[in-house]
Amino acid sequence: MTLPPGLEAILTFLQNWWVEIVCGVVIVAVVPLIAGYVVLVERKLMADMQARLGPMRVGPHGLLQPIADALKLLIKEDIIPDNADKLIFWLAPVISMVAAMTSMGAIAFGPAFQVARDINVGILFVVGVSSLGLLGIILGGWASNSHYSIIGAIRSTAQLVSYETAAGLAIVGALLLAGTLRIRAIVDAQQQLGVWFIFLTPVAFFIYLVASIAETNRAPFDLPEAESELVAGYMTEYSGFRWSLYFLGEYANMIVVGSVATTLFLGGWLRPFPNVHWLDWLDFLPPLIIAGVGVYCVYRAGKQPVEIQIWFMWAVALACFAVAVIFAAPLFVTSLKFILPGLHGAFWFLLKVSGYIYLFMWLRFTLPRYRFDQLMHLGWYILIPLAIVNVLSIGVAMILESEFGWNRWFAALLTSLFTLGIAAFLVNLYDKRTAAASSPATAAATDPYAG
Amino acid sequence: MLDSIAFYFFAGVAVLSAALMVTRRNAVHSAVLLVTTLLATAGIFLQLRAEFIFITQIILYVGGIMVLFIFVIMLVRLDIALHHIRFRLQRWVALFVALALGVEITVVFLFARRLPGQGLLIQEPAPADKLPPNTEELARSLFSSYLLPFEIASVLLLVAMVGAVVMAKKRIDQ
Repeated sequence: MTLPPGLEAILTFLQNWWVEIVCGVVIVAVVPLIAGYVVLVERKLMADMQARLGPMRVGPHGLLQPIADALKLLIKEDIIPDNADKLIFWLAPVISMVAAMTSMGAIAFGPAFQVARDINVGILFVVGVSSLGLLGIILGGWASNSHYSIIGAIRSTAQLVSYETAAGLAIVGALLLAGTLRIRAIVDAQQQLGVWFIFLTPVAFFIYLVASIAETNRAPFDLPEAESELVAGYMTEYSGFRWSLYFLGEYANMIVVGSVATTLFLGGWLRPFPNVHWLDWLDFLPPLIIAGVGVYCVYRAGKQPVEIQIWFMWAVALACFAVAVIFAAPLFVTSLKFILPGLHGAFWFLLKVSGYIYLFMWLRFTLPRYRFDQLMHLGWYILIPLAIVNVLSIGVAMILESEFGWNRWFAALLTSLFTLGIAAFLVNLYDKRTAAASSPATAAATDPYAG
Repeated sequence: MLDSIAFYFFAGVAVLSAALMVTRRNAVHSAVLLVTTLLATAGIFLQLRAEFIFITQIILYVGGIMVLFIFVIMLVRLDIALHHIRFRLQRWVALFVALALGVEITVVFLFARRLPGQGLLIQEPAPADKLPPNTEELARSLFSSYLLPFEIASVLLLVAMVGAVVMAKKRIDQ
């Protein structure tokens, strides 16, 4: 039987690409759910750090709160201001979310889970495409036709353009060590060296951490939506579903920067000490951790006040046990051994990303918000020069190692200390400058960056 | 087959949004359409297996330059400025430039067809897996054969940047 050529082409297309299509659909379907639960975790953590309980009403310990929130957002009235530019107002949140989701396509969540086949410029793709979300913010702020929105958009643009430079230079540091832009090759390089890049260039990791907080518009750098100054910044006029698109984009972006940091500095999907064989028992950790969560759920189930919540906790516990069995199976059944790297790789990767996001939240609840000119000074006067010096010193360390036969650790330590010295110098310079600026004689001079 | 579908899709989007961009009255709409054009062009680069050019196009033009464009458009209220300034001459300049470009393209087309083996159509491209990784290739040629032009270009950009800072600072100090 001969198929018409068009249908045949479609069939071969599906045959070649079904893995990618399935992975893409899974990402688009799962990321909103994950984002919802990240919000729940954030609220719970904030409550914990402020000695409160946080959401407790919907489901046991508020476990169904994200779903209730999503439903509420979907049925809320969708308001478009009269004088807004309707088309762009409609388009802007979509841009924000599509950019975050697309960049997720190139991230390798483990050696087996990657939507786009490993492209040559993987890490650049992730960073570049996720930075397009800025267009959504700036257009949304403009289209709302409101002062708060446009000030938020302008702040956001200035902030993101500045910190993208610092983040890019920090990434260059790790890329120099890896010698490639391919995501898998970067992780493989860390396996070959036997060390995560964070230990070779801690300064680059720190710069990326600060810059990525600024890029995701989170406290202490959440000036584009500073609620005490700008109501809600660029999303003041948004409500309901459109607002939740922005929100989703923001949390998806957190996952993206967390994945970039994990890939570049924290060894990607490798377990701790991947080359040390007497630590091979670490392979048993993932099923044990998941089963431990299940046991904890069983323990909490006995303390629930309502019967249905007891059943719910039991269901969660059973799900945990089932997942733990899936994770343990390849360790004991030889014929299933081939799924071990993929499965456990994804576990370690997601664990590291969650650790990074936890750090974000911790910083958010700990530090007060920056003033806008302080933010700009931090970016331009400290982080960018520091990142440039760091790139140079990594280059020097690599030459010392390869040409002069120095010990790698010694070279890395020496150049890192040099970079830290430069950092101390820059901070000192900045302190002097602000001290001079805040003296009454020059206080009248306006700051061009102040937004 | 798939290649040509991708090409015609991206090319169609690029041409259509470029045409719309020129005809819009609202400057921000034009900027958004320009973003679409640039993204579609990036798609064509990717389809030609030039990943590095593709991502550079996205990072530099869409993520950097277009954001600054929109920023400036928002700040200076271009729609008001346009009512005050009427470019009488602009129409004739535009006509001249369009005609010159049209003639140029026609000439290239005609002459390229006449030379045997050097037409505009490139012969069968190498299969994707046989191509050398083009980021490395690009870096190698930039830093060996084209080192001097590359350095001159970067010095030029540095001079422009310093100049801009100096000019901005002068206006603030006054």
